[in-house]
Amino acid sequence: MPYLELRGIRKTYPGGVLANDDITLSVEQGEIHGLVGENGAGKSTLMKILYGMEQPDHGEILLAGRSLKIANPHAAIQLGIGMVHQHFQLVPNLTVAENIALGAEPRKGLFADQAAMHSRVRALSERFGLQVDPAARVSDLSVGLQQRVEILKMLYRDARLLILDEPSAVLTPQEVESLFSVLRRLVAEGCTAIFITHKLYEIMSICERATVLRRGRVVGSVRTAESSPAEISRLMVGHDVASPQRTPPNANPRDRLVVRALTTGSAHRSTPLDFTIRSGEILGVAGVEGNGQSELIEALLGVRTGVTGDIVLDGTSLSRLNARRRREKGLALIPEDRNREGLSRPMQVWENLASATYYRSARASVLDLGGLQGAARDLIRRFDIRVSSEKSAVSTLSGGNAQKVVIARELAESPAVLIAAQPTRGLDVGAAQFVHEQLLNLRREGVGILLISADLDELLALSDRLIVMFEGRILATFQRDAATRQALGLAMAGRLESEDAP
Amino acid sequence: METLDLIVNIAASTLRLATPLILAAMAGLLSLQVGQVNIGLEGMMLAGSFAVVAFGFWLGSTWMGVLAAILVGVALAALFAFVVTRLKANLIVSGLALNLLASGGTAYLLEILFNTSGTFSPTALQSLPNLSLPVLSDLPLVGRLLFNHSPLVYVSWLAIPLTALFLYRTIPGIHIQAIGQNEEAARSVGIPVRRRQYLALMIGGALCGLAGAHLAVGDLALFREDMTAGRGFIALAAVYFAAGRPRLSALACLLFGLFEALQFRLQLASSIPPQFFQMLPYVMVVITLAVISARKEWRKGWS
Repeated sequence: MPYLELRGIRKTYPGGVLANDDITLSVEQGEIHGLVGENGAGKSTLMKILYGMEQPDHGEILLAGRSLKIANPHAAIQLGIGMVHQHFQLVPNLTVAENIALGAEPRKGLFADQAAMHSRVRALSERFGLQVDPAARVSDLSVGLQQRVEILKMLYRDARLLILDEPSAVLTPQEVESLFSVLRRLVAEGCTAIFITHKLYEIMSICERATVLRRGRVVGSVRTAESSPAEISRLMVGHDVASPQRTPPNANPRDRLVVRALTTGSAHRSTPLDFTIRSGEILGVAGVEGNGQSELIEALLGVRTGVTGDIVLDGTSLSRLNARRRREKGLALIPEDRNREGLSRPMQVWENLASATYYRSARASVLDLGGLQGAARDLIRRFDIRVSSEKSAVSTLSGGNAQKVVIARELAESPAVLIAAQPTRGLDVGAAQFVHEQLLNLRREGVGILLISADLDELLALSDRLIVMFEGRILATFQRDAATRQALGLAMAGRLESEDAP
Repeated sequence: METLDLIVNIAASTLRLATPLILAAMAGLLSLQVGQVNIGLEGMMLAGSFAVVAFGFWLGSTWMGVLAAILVGVALAALFAFVVTRLKANLIVSGLALNLLASGGTAYLLEILFNTSGTFSPTALQSLPNLSLPVLSDLPLVGRLLFNHSPLVYVSWLAIPLTALFLYRTIPGIHIQAIGQNEEAARSVGIPVRRRQYLALMIGGALCGLAGAHLAVGDLALFREDMTAGRGFIALAAVYFAAGRPRLSALACLLFGLFEALQFRLQLASSIPPQFFQMLPYVMVVITLAVISARKEWRKGWS
């Protein structure tokens, strides 16, 4: 008898989106079961149903053979189901022990029994091999350790079935390895885990079986030992996925962007940054988020105060220019968070497309709206943005189409240098492929590209050279051939193994 | 000796003047910590001032008046909590409404209940008698400075460690912090979020009631329209200055109390119109906050 069985789960959201359609899956006791699929395939909805955050329209949940209704997360916890959310549910100013015990604190009179709390946390740490200081403040912990706290929080509540929602998304490769060994230990101690991801190599290395979802349906259930990444990816996407085609590097490169002794005035000890991007080159920036990448982007774009050093684009110094002037010199940006920094979601598509250059259409301070809308229609056609009209609000667009709006605006002016920050974050495989093709086209045309990404696969596939940022400085530089997942991971964690000259 | 005397006098009045600020600041920081900042501290204080005078007069006991002030503060806080948590009304607008309600309401009640306007100072009403702690109050200087005050001054001193203890050591206190910093996390582990929000805000209401009572019957025994004169906002400024920490908030209140004490002295000793000096404490609040936040920015940006 399987430990967990979902039978015929169906969920339609108000508005008619069919998120889960007749999903059936079973998980054995002591198994690490992979749940894979693209964004929007229905993984999150399914797990929300299992965790009591959503109620299914149809279908049945059986845990250890018993049919259950799970009314809310509290009920799920009572049943021994625990979930590590992609966005941690932690309280930054409380200690590790207080976070773990939150809502179920041992009591001593009027007070929380700190001693009992600490000793219980310590006992759990030892039993499951999850070392963490119970008295540390959560805000002082690295992301990897915060995740440990989340896992301990579930174990503290005696969770036997652990749901991990994209747990590796924020981790360095080494932290992922350590997460995997923790998971193996948990399973050895009798727990069962559901591991949600879209990274194929993770499924292959940690899961025995995996269920693949596409558009709300189960499209396959595989034993990883008998399958291959190519097969799983075919199931996920529905067709074969071509890897991006790179042309040989530019034979006669010239310097497009030269950055010298740049300090960004960040909270980190400001070590000056030096790097050069040549024509037809993609310079990849690896690093755990929060190690100075955002500050670098802001400094390059000219929207940050306290910046020193020199930024030279095609021989012209940008250092004293504001953001608009820098853009006019040929700098373009695909920002990290397209919804906050790249687009105004309530505004219309044409307004967003015009937002970087609208002022040029003004005659006597009156904008030529017809001209701007016409230009927007051209861009919509050229970049194949799927939208009913240029007057639709951006908020009605899918992630992939919204990103196309950003890309269309940024590439419309034929930039000399493009900063692409997390350009495929949250996009499905098809849309990500489109973005990669655009970047490679620009590279072929001689544009210099700075590619900042948390996705090592993307960096390794596209970059000509890679730099690793750690605590605000460039810790290591790799030529394409020397860059391995292992070496990058070590540098991202602040350790140097092999290093060659910048 | 005269200088020393002056210093002790100013210090003692600093403590007295800081009392309502400290009590209101504890209320403000609880509301900040639970994520529902209450800018209606001012209104709850003013209602407390009115209640202590009105009920003290009717019941013939100032202490019963203090109890009424606490209850009125709690009731207004509960109303605020209902409006912002259940009806999900905007915090700023709701707090502002609370202030306007208290300001207009007390003036109106003054008119219809006591047939007067401006100031109400019933002769039958006693101020709270000074509480001189035995032995301690006989100490030279220190006795006069610390141990010969109106009773609510001591209450404000107790309120500081008690607030800290409540917030950092008790289970509801830890929950209040959790709700303020990550409400979803608190909800996900089954903390009764709304109940804790009511708790934090209603304790705050009680503290503001006390603060208002001290203003009205701590030294004098009268109610004056809008007698809180922005103290609720100064307390809130102290809380923000201290990032919601009890001891530091109280320290900031003492600083503002000192400005006020100095202001009174300067008024007496000068021929410049008193309005100029009355303005000073508020100006100092603005300057202090500006300097602090500029320093913070400076450290963040260019270190």
